[in-house]
Amino acid sequence: MTDSKYFTTTKKGEIFELKAELNSDKKEKKKEAVKKVIASMTVGKDVSALFPDVVNCMQTDNLELKKLVYLYLMNYAKSQPDMAIMAVNTFVKDCEDPNPLIRALAVRTMGCIRVDKITEYLCEPLRKCLKDEDPYVRKTAAVCVAKLHDINAQLVEDQGFLDTLKDLISDSNPMVVANAVAALSEIAESHPSSNLLDLNPQSINKLLTALNECTEWGQIFILDCLANYMPKDDREAQSICERVTPRLSHANSAVVLSAVKVLMKFMEMLSKDLDYYGTLLKKLAPPLVTLLSAEPELQYVALRNINLIVQKRPEILKHEMKVFFVKYNDPIYVKLEKLDIMIRLASQANIAQVLAELKEYATEVDVDFVRKAVRAIGRCAIKVEQSAERCVSTLLDLIQTKVNYVVQEAIVVIKDIFRKYPNKYESVIATLCENLDSLDEPEARAAMIWIVGEYAERIDNADELLESFLEGFHDESTQVQLQLLTAIVKLFLKKPTETQELVQQVLSLATQDSDNPDLRDRGYIYWRLLSTDPVAAKEVVLAEKPLISEETDLIEPTLLDELICYIGTLASVYHKPPSAFVEGGRGVVHKSLPPRTASSESAESPETAPTGAPPGEQPDVIPAQGDLLGDLLNLDLGPPVSGPPLATSSVQMGAVDLLGGGLDSLIGGTNFVAPPTAAVPANLGAPIGSGLSDLFDLTSGVGTLSGSYVAPKAVGSISMDLQLTNKALQVMTDFAIQFNRNSFGLAPAAPLQVHAPLSPNQTVEISLPLSTVGSVMKMEPLNNLQVAVKNNIDVFYFSTLYPLHILFVEDGKMDRQMFLATWKDIPNENEAQFQIRDCPLNAEAASSKLQSSNIFTVAKRNVEGQDMLYQSLKLTNGIWVLAELRIQPGNPSCTLSLKCRAPEVSQHVYQAYETILKN
Amino acid sequence: MSASAVFILDVKGKPLISRNYKGDVAMSKIEHFMPLLVQREEEGALAPLLSHGQVHFLWIKHSNLYLVATTSKNANASLVYSFLYKTIEVFCEYFKELEEESIRDNFVIVYELLDELMDFGFPQTTDSKILQEYITQQSNKLETGKSRVPPTVTNAVSWRSEGIKYKKDEVFIDVIESVNLLVNANGSVLLSEIVGTIKLKVFLSGMPELRLGLNDRVLFELTGRSKNKSVELEDVKFHQCVRLSRFDNDRTISFIPPDGDFELMSYRLSTQVKPLIWIESVIEKFSHSRVEIMVKAKGQFKKQSVANGVEISVPVPSDADSPRFKTSVGSAKYVPERNVVIWSIKSFPGGKEYLMRAHFGLPSVEKEEVEGRPPIGVKFEIPYFTVSGIQVRYMKIIEKSGYQALPWVRYITQSGDYQLRTS
Repeated sequence: MTDSKYFTTTKKGEIFELKAELNSDKKEKKKEAVKKVIASMTVGKDVSALFPDVVNCMQTDNLELKKLVYLYLMNYAKSQPDMAIMAVNTFVKDCEDPNPLIRALAVRTMGCIRVDKITEYLCEPLRKCLKDEDPYVRKTAAVCVAKLHDINAQLVEDQGFLDTLKDLISDSNPMVVANAVAALSEIAESHPSSNLLDLNPQSINKLLTALNECTEWGQIFILDCLANYMPKDDREAQSICERVTPRLSHANSAVVLSAVKVLMKFMEMLSKDLDYYGTLLKKLAPPLVTLLSAEPELQYVALRNINLIVQKRPEILKHEMKVFFVKYNDPIYVKLEKLDIMIRLASQANIAQVLAELKEYATEVDVDFVRKAVRAIGRCAIKVEQSAERCVSTLLDLIQTKVNYVVQEAIVVIKDIFRKYPNKYESVIATLCENLDSLDEPEARAAMIWIVGEYAERIDNADELLESFLEGFHDESTQVQLQLLTAIVKLFLKKPTETQELVQQVLSLATQDSDNPDLRDRGYIYWRLLSTDPVAAKEVVLAEKPLISEETDLIEPTLLDELICYIGTLASVYHKPPSAFVEGGRGVVHKSLPPRTASSESAESPETAPTGAPPGEQPDVIPAQGDLLGDLLNLDLGPPVSGPPLATSSVQMGAVDLLGGGLDSLIGGTNFVAPPTAAVPANLGAPIGSGLSDLFDLTSGVGTLSGSYVAPKAVGSISMDLQLTNKALQVMTDFAIQFNRNSFGLAPAAPLQVHAPLSPNQTVEISLPLSTVGSVMKMEPLNNLQVAVKNNIDVFYFSTLYPLHILFVEDGKMDRQMFLATWKDIPNENEAQFQIRDCPLNAEAASSKLQSSNIFTVAKRNVEGQDMLYQSLKLTNGIWVLAELRIQPGNPSCTLSLKCRAPEVSQHVYQAYETILKN
Repeated sequence: MSASAVFILDVKGKPLISRNYKGDVAMSKIEHFMPLLVQREEEGALAPLLSHGQVHFLWIKHSNLYLVATTSKNANASLVYSFLYKTIEVFCEYFKELEEESIRDNFVIVYELLDELMDFGFPQTTDSKILQEYITQQSNKLETGKSRVPPTVTNAVSWRSEGIKYKKDEVFIDVIESVNLLVNANGSVLLSEIVGTIKLKVFLSGMPELRLGLNDRVLFELTGRSKNKSVELEDVKFHQCVRLSRFDNDRTISFIPPDGDFELMSYRLSTQVKPLIWIESVIEKFSHSRVEIMVKAKGQFKKQSVANGVEISVPVPSDADSPRFKTSVGSAKYVPERNVVIWSIKSFPGGKEYLMRAHFGLPSVEKEEVEGRPPIGVKFEIPYFTVSGIQVRYMKIIEKSGYQALPWVRYITQSGDYQLRTS
């Protein structure tokens, strides 16, 4: 007879009937009735009305019946807290039952009844159970402490249960130790400050011993706990690693991954020269590969983690490419992850094989997978330079298949290849153009338009091609519209004679018929540019683009380090820190890898103490440098440019007088205030004032308002000082400010506070705090900021350049080892060299000056009479810049070499250096 | 740290049974699971981890059931999936098959097991043999009030009970090697690996200490016997019972075994071996009329050995009809539900070469959707033979009562994931 019969009571008055049965004298009938109740509960019926009757069955010597009643209690106690008290006596009694199974059951269940009133009664039984002679009861009681802590943390502390729990770490029974560790970790996780798990070498030793004896799950608890420990030196780290490595041979994938986590973390402390370091690297590869024969879900977790490991330590799996080849019957999520890892492992040595595989995948039937495979080919081309040609020809082969989505993806990636290797593969443009009609996805259309615009001079019918897109301009997505606008402007600048009409058409479509502010703004900017100074327009629109590199899809190093600490957990699967998906501040501790211990080979020790007193000088306000702004729009502070008759001047401009006298109005200077470091207040401002000029004074020729950025104030964060002068004849009110998206996500951290109305000719100074959490869009130049100030009269648009060092953060000091490794790791083509002239500082002074602007000296060397300063800095968005500053005593100019993964910032960092050093 | 609750859902997403372990995620959240799963599937972005707001679902599917764990913390995902699989294993041991029916039929015991398997999100005892000692289906037995926790549960040796007795003490050792192969359409081997497992069937009394000796290259090098024939095991995984630190130290495989069947260890080798059964195929598709298939199979192993139960499955288009076959040996059969022809050869001696031809008609109207190109799969078993050359050199059995026990060894090589891509 099976239990399913219990589900089949459907009569009316069921509850009433059950009630009668529950109160029956016959044991058997009682048990049957409880089973029926539980069955009803299982299918979701509300049987809470039977609470007292069920609780009455609790006192029984039948274990099965007891378990069922307990189960019922766990489910309904919360909804009937008053009646739940009725059960307390039995619980307390059961906690003293001679049978350990019943004692454990009672303490386990009590902990699950989340009713405050009950918890008070739980304390005494729990205390006894924690000291029970039977390990089964003790291991259950250990977990119960965590349960109780979750309900009433204060109670647990007051009752001293935490200390008892800590004592259990030294219990003779491995399972008790494991559960105590699990309970403590759980409590510590929700109370990061409690310092519960103050691990020391002795307790670590105990854990490592228990590791050999407890169940697979216990091993995971202990390994996860060990991963939070910070060994005091590299020797201790090594000895822990030695005792953890045998776990890599465990059949349970979760044990293996937790062991990998400990090893990856502690490895950070080992010197790379150590023999052991190499041994460890070798030991890590085989178990990681074996994880790929686990069940698909575990494979998925493993692959997501391997993705991190490959980024952190590529050497571990560099020879294991083949195991990531996709199999026909792999689930799609496994296929996609494998593909991603294949690209990460792609190198010159294995690229031929990888490409052959990718090509194979690109002809499969699963659309998502095929798309990703095509993209992967593009990424390979960008990553492995030697393979670019082969990749391009593979892509062309794929385009020939005429499979619509393959063609579209191929075009998207070819665009990137063009960006990476300019003037190399343009011969394929003709083939691409043949497929113009089949493109129906915005990304592909935009990519194709970009290609046509970029290479307009080589495509005979570029104007026709672009014109064909223009017909349905308003039906296109924003992405395509923006691209089309830019492409046509490029075309116009390259072939002005034939395309005048086209450019007028697109400008008016963008500015007059569109509701999209981005599109309108861009349209206006181009329009104004073209009409004021075509030469400048050319410089701006056709400026050389920074190269793209493979690094763009790498996880940012600090995040990567954090994720390594979370191997095996959800964070490692999402590739997001727990703070991004776990609610509330509770339970979110940022973890970081242990610092590398200084190895003995370092001859010169890096500059340690931060340089003491700040330079006494107060920051001077450097007068606004118009020429900085000049490369943006050539709209500087001077009188309006009276350009030559313009190609577009015949366009009907509607009410907007673009050529009007708006340019003569506004003069202003800007200062940015950098966040002063704790030690060095307020010497940073180094204001590269750049005029905030009103780009579009659309009202009239009368100047109305001037924005200027004045002397910095000492505030804890970045801020912008504005000086607003009302030059109009009318009172100004209702000020508001907005920034356009910009390279570093600068955004006002507070609304613009202009308290009183601004009367004519009155000036007000405002300091606007800034944050760096705004939307990011790469600007040209990088440090360009477009600002809109609104008031009751109109909206005023400004553009300004800010000095980059306002973005240098305080934790920008890189560890020596890391510095060396990173310097080597960044390809030489990313290095930029600059001369800083007229800077008669010695190394000491320069170093301290720079430090006060968050440029940190990592090491100092003297080579042939020259002082070499090795410095690091970090930008608010996590980009690291490494610098080598060579100072020759007696020579007023010094040489600055910069290396950065994003080389486009170098120029601006150099300007920041110059500003700081000469300040 | 781990699961907040575990659910077993039917194929439509309706909860059959559930257990709330931590109470920090509302049980009603499970309602979001199925719609989310369907949505992701449609988007082609299905993954074993789904999230809805602050709740994360970690799920696996077993026959017509979903096992779902919920959490709102940064749980250890690999632990949760391992645990869910372990749960399935335990249920299967208890109910033979795990499906909707068996959950309903045994809901009381399912509740009991869920209570014992995990506590507050921490997996506890998951060894079904031990669980069966104190959670039994014949629940009446328990009424005597004698039921106790078997000390095994919390022992360091948590997988073997004391006091086991056999009349005849024996151990059966099966060395099984599976060959995984992936071959490109143009015939080059992309991936070839051997995954070996050593399975034991233990009928031994008392608490025996076992030591297994293999011709492990690392061990031979350690002990200076590097001239003997040995095998380099790339990665070895052991059952819970094996003393891992001892193995790490001196490569000794020593353990107290569980009673009955279990998998002692598995290993992996990626040494290139000649594919044991090599397939050459020509699949010619004449649109709107026919498909012609020619498959040549060659046994590339020792002449003395014989592969048994060879099954070669060759993909055919899903709209093929009227099959005709010609085989030099064995028989071919069309399996329309899998869109394959299966060519079975009962015994296939090494060094031999066989041929199969198949002919299918195709409808004159071509269907629209493109079909994938599934690979050719091969199944086989070669007894008394290991590809890697691994050997059990000895199995020492020491028990304090001093009985003599006999180890029996059997070797077998079989196909694992054996795929040859077609063009």
